[in-house]
Amino acid sequence: MRKNTFRVLVAKPGLDGHDRGAKIVAKGLRDAGFEVIYTGLRNSPEQIVVAALQEDVDAIGLSILSGAHNRLCARIIALLKEKKISEIPVFLGGIIPHDDIASLKELGIEGVFGPGTTITEICTQIKTTLTAAGRYAVDIK
Amino acid sequence: MQMLVDEILNKNTHALARSISAIEKGGEEKRKIIKEIYRHTGKAYVVGITGPPGVGKSTLVNSLTKVIRQCGLTVGIIAVDPTSPFSGGALLGDRIRMQEHLMDEGVFIRSMGTRGSMGGLARATKDTIKLLDAFGLDIVLVETVGVGQSELDIMYAVDSTVVTLAPGAGDTIQTLKAGIMEIADIFTVNKADLGGAQKVVQEVENMLELNHSKDWQIPVLMTTATELEGFEDLYKVINKHRNFLQENDLLQTKRRMGMRNEIIDIVLHTVKNRITSNWQEIEEYEELMLQVAERRCDTYDAADKILHKIVL
Repeated sequence: MRKNTFRVLVAKPGLDGHDRGAKIVAKGLRDAGFEVIYTGLRNSPEQIVVAALQEDVDAIGLSILSGAHNRLCARIIALLKEKKISEIPVFLGGIIPHDDIASLKELGIEGVFGPGTTITEICTQIKTTLTAAGRYAVDIK
Repeated sequence: MQMLVDEILNKNTHALARSISAIEKGGEEKRKIIKEIYRHTGKAYVVGITGPPGVGKSTLVNSLTKVIRQCGLTVGIIAVDPTSPFSGGALLGDRIRMQEHLMDEGVFIRSMGTRGSMGGLARATKDTIKLLDAFGLDIVLVETVGVGQSELDIMYAVDSTVVTLAPGAGDTIQTLKAGIMEIADIFTVNKADLGGAQKVVQEVENMLELNHSKDWQIPVLMTTATELEGFEDLYKVINKHRNFLQENDLLQTKRRMGMRNEIIDIVLHTVKNRITSNWQEIEEYEELMLQVAERRCDTYDAADKILHKIVL
């Protein structure tokens, strides 16, 4: 068994019911050795941040196809700061217009994965980010 | 470390969550946390929920939590799902059914992969129960992986075991088999809105009638988790079992059995690790393997020699 297992929260904030993408990514991460906590449809930003806190995840993956990504991501990033867990990187997937990507990254979103992204690309970027951030140590800040 | 433990005792959720990760990771940090926390444990009442995959354990935990919260008690939930033996990854999906409690500060939910453990729980589950206990939660609910017939670790880890069944799986013979059907303090037949639930209740009751020796009459309930039906009764019966154990001085006996089991488990695990990690360093290893290969020494004698070398 691997000594260090990364835990990733896969969540769908907002009201769109299209979870095929989230499920495929969850399964792909599982097969790449991640522990994936999948919280299902229609989570509020508050629910997502509480789940991230209780599960002590290393990363958060959001799937949004509703067009409300700017608002939802801003709220989630703000709540992560409020709960003092803003060191957890947030990745975003779904239908995200190209023009929004720069401002989302400025907001604090670590990576944006649009249609056509492979599972391998997603896994590699998450692992690279986590390794660089040294998310191995377990000491409370 | 002292700080982390103090934070847990001060009900800091973040500290609790980080400590559970440290427990899962194992090693020195785990030892330090348990050493500090142990004397603050033993207060929570621990209930295990087990049963085959898909019978509705997570939904049942959600509904039961609702009833317990209405009584004003706080709840800790450990939901275990299987880890892949191939990738080491896992898909932990029990939280999906428990979303309604997320904003309730009196409920703490933690998902856990089995990480190679085969008994229906993770290695870290028992220590995580201790953390939730020390954190001050009144009731700890432990949901096992979907079990087959012989994943029975739960019975040593909890005070009351609820075995959950659902209609449509096998005939009377299944209820007579050894294993999971023997560990229940309480049975509940979930999905009672589906046809055939009454028949399952009947079959389980028929099986239980054959057990004359027990003082505790194992109740068989019907629940419909999605409709929240039967949960006040389930919680009442859990409390009845708790009172039964306390009034007959059985709770301490049962917990002591659990501790004994846990200690033996730790010893075996330690010995196993020591043997597998030091295997190559044993001086006579090559010679011993040669003797076994040439049929001059049998496998049991070889095992004895290694045991003496490492343990004694």
